Amino acid sequence: MSKNPEFVKFDKVDKSYDGKVLVVKDLQLDIAEGEFITMLGPSGSGKTTCLMMLAGFETPTHGEILLDGNIISNIPPHKRGIGMVFQNYALFPHMTVYENLAFPLRVRKVEKDEIDKKVDKALSMVSLSGFETRMPAQLSGGQQQRVAVARALVFDPAVVLMDEPLGALDKNLRESMQYEIKHIHESIGVTVVYVTHDQSEALTMSNRIAVFNDGKVQQLSNPAELYEKPVNSFVAEFIGENNTFNGEVIDIAKDKCKVKLANSEILANPISVKSKGEKTTVSLRPERALINPTDKMDNMFTGKIEEVIYHGDHTRVRLNLLGSSEFILKVPNSTSNLELKVSQDINIGWNSVDARALDPK
Amino acid sequence: MSSETKQILTTDGIPLEVSLKKAEKKNKIRAFLLVAPLLLFLVITYIFPIGEMFTRSVDDRMVTNMLPKTFKAMEKWENLNELPPEEVYRGFYEDYKLLAENQQHGKLGQRLNKEKNGFNTITKKLFRQIKRKKIDESASLKEQINKIHKRWRNVEYWQAIKRTAPPYTAAKYLKGMDMYLAADGSIAQVDEDRRIHRILWLRTLEIAFFVTLFCFFMGYPIAHLLATLPMKYSNLLMICVLLPFWTSLLVRTASWMILLQQQGIVNDFFVMIGLVADDNRPEMMYNKVGTYVAMTQILLPFMVLPLYSVMKTISPSLMRAGKSLGGTPFVAFWKVYFPLTIPGIGAGCLLVFILAIGYYITPALVGGASGTLISNQIAFHMKTTLDWSFASAMGLMLLTGVLVIYWIYNKLVGVDNIKLG
Repeated sequence: MSKNPEFVKFDKVDKSYDGKVLVVKDLQLDIAEGEFITMLGPSGSGKTTCLMMLAGFETPTHGEILLDGNIISNIPPHKRGIGMVFQNYALFPHMTVYENLAFPLRVRKVEKDEIDKKVDKALSMVSLSGFETRMPAQLSGGQQQRVAVARALVFDPAVVLMDEPLGALDKNLRESMQYEIKHIHESIGVTVVYVTHDQSEALTMSNRIAVFNDGKVQQLSNPAELYEKPVNSFVAEFIGENNTFNGEVIDIAKDKCKVKLANSEILANPISVKSKGEKTTVSLRPERALINPTDKMDNMFTGKIEEVIYHGDHTRVRLNLLGSSEFILKVPNSTSNLELKVSQDINIGWNSVDARALDPK
Repeated sequence: MSSETKQILTTDGIPLEVSLKKAEKKNKIRAFLLVAPLLLFLVITYIFPIGEMFTRSVDDRMVTNMLPKTFKAMEKWENLNELPPEEVYRGFYEDYKLLAENQQHGKLGQRLNKEKNGFNTITKKLFRQIKRKKIDESASLKEQINKIHKRWRNVEYWQAIKRTAPPYTAAKYLKGMDMYLAADGSIAQVDEDRRIHRILWLRTLEIAFFVTLFCFFMGYPIAHLLATLPMKYSNLLMICVLLPFWTSLLVRTASWMILLQQQGIVNDFFVMIGLVADDNRPEMMYNKVGTYVAMTQILLPFMVLPLYSVMKTISPSLMRAGKSLGGTPFVAFWKVYFPLTIPGIGAGCLLVFILAIGYYITPALVGGASGTLISNQIAFHMKTTLDWSFASAMGLMLLTGVLVIYWIYNKLVGVDNIKLG
């Protein structure tokens, strides 16, 4: 069975609540069957609105949403067959765990034996067997979360939507749930559309990530590419840490450009700059800059240490470099550690291919 | 040994439990002092009056105290269908003479007259005979008294006196249910054409029930709208719901009278749009329609507010979850939303029903003849007949009725499920 690469399709979708501001602008997004796609973005970027349109609780102002080739804009939510995990789980507080899971099956008039079987299976999938008779209030946050996931999956929906499902959990639980959801997705192969504002969650779980800002998808790619090769300065800033230099392009070749900063020049990789004289923001990941590099690098500068912060597995060093005192370095804590002291001068180097000249901030 | 090891001591050697109690004692006293004024207020204004009402409703000591010798003698009166023996007459004569000397005889006459019509006349006659000293105490008093009036020869009057002997009586409660204690001590029904109280009780229950029902059906959607609308609109709607609270009850009732009367605004409107003919205006007042309309409007906020406070706490994502899981909007409402509002429904219905059962101004003004409810009867006996013990008895019966409803509600829904705000 070949997978449909356009299983869910947003086709030129606009959404406005008040007729004045577009919260989603001309959205074009294809989601493949069995894919785990994450909509990532700051609050108010339109990601939840997209999810609600897909679930059927909001209607697009313009454009169509297609599910497996069929336009679903006029289909009410209960007929779409899309499972959904809500932010606060939305478990029915007056029903037991069993009744919560049986609800989607009962409304589909599934036979009693079949319901029992499916509920059993779904509960064992989230390792909650034996909790059938508990009320949601008797469960911990993590357990409620699992019940919510099991409930969204128990009726074998084609697509499952998750709206910041881990937002209310503490850090450790959140991480273990991330893996659990990822494993469930891998084992049953359902299409998952996941909404979060937590970038590490998105990077951990997804096949592809759609970064939203200002109602638009800024970049849609797999986690590694998103991190390594951000296409604009918003994505570079939103995903992971990043050192930036603002300047003007003074020379440009095919894969290299020279950027003039306030009082120096650096070499960078031209991504969104095309010609001389353009303003640009150069983005460099902290781990791509090395101290006292042994290999030859085409950017070599000397900076002064302003602050050293110990982080356990690594040390962060804040430098005054090229007129900016916000340059961050990440130094892994290994045995061959250098001695780093405040107000010491050190040599820093990086390759121009890692310094991406993006649109100006 | 084991108990010693279990006991945890604080650093200064005092057992932890003792120490904890000591620490909490101050807080407990403070908490008690804070509620003490309210407690005192409740005892004085609520528990004490109810106790007083209860004693008043069963108290029948007046005659018992007035006729001690009579009742003592009556213990030997065996055949109740024949006139009592001489001792009873003598006892009654002596008691009555004493009362006459103390100017108390009039009260007794009135009290006995309530028990059996015609007593007032014959006791007054007896009084005049005593005053003129026409009674020879050495002769048979039975014969002399029987001669004063033929009613003294009627055994029913003596039976009536005997009925008043016990210091406490349930007669008022029986009267409230159109029953009475017959001469032989059994409970009998009042003649069918004189059974007014039962009709009133049933009418009160009926009106309270339907008003509750109407309030529920009108209040539920309003409360839902209030809980789901954006703040801007819900505040306005809330003001509309609460507006009746800001107007005096009498003014509101009067305005309903203006609206609903035959030449009133509503009827004028019906005629104008051609719904009814001008000479055939429907009666919407001085019947149950008027009572229902006015009471529903007045009691609606008591239904809306508890419902609203419950609905406000129900997350909108629950309905969405219900729908996304495949429930039609109706199924999602019925299986998810509605069960969660039951605490509010319970509180609202209980509140409206209890208030409606004790209502009397509104139904009396707009309800006409059919607007007399049990509360009107209580007020009537309080103010007009001055039969306070009967009024107390009916008040207590009403209270008991409310408690029974509360008990049934507790069995069905559970009091823990009530949510008033």
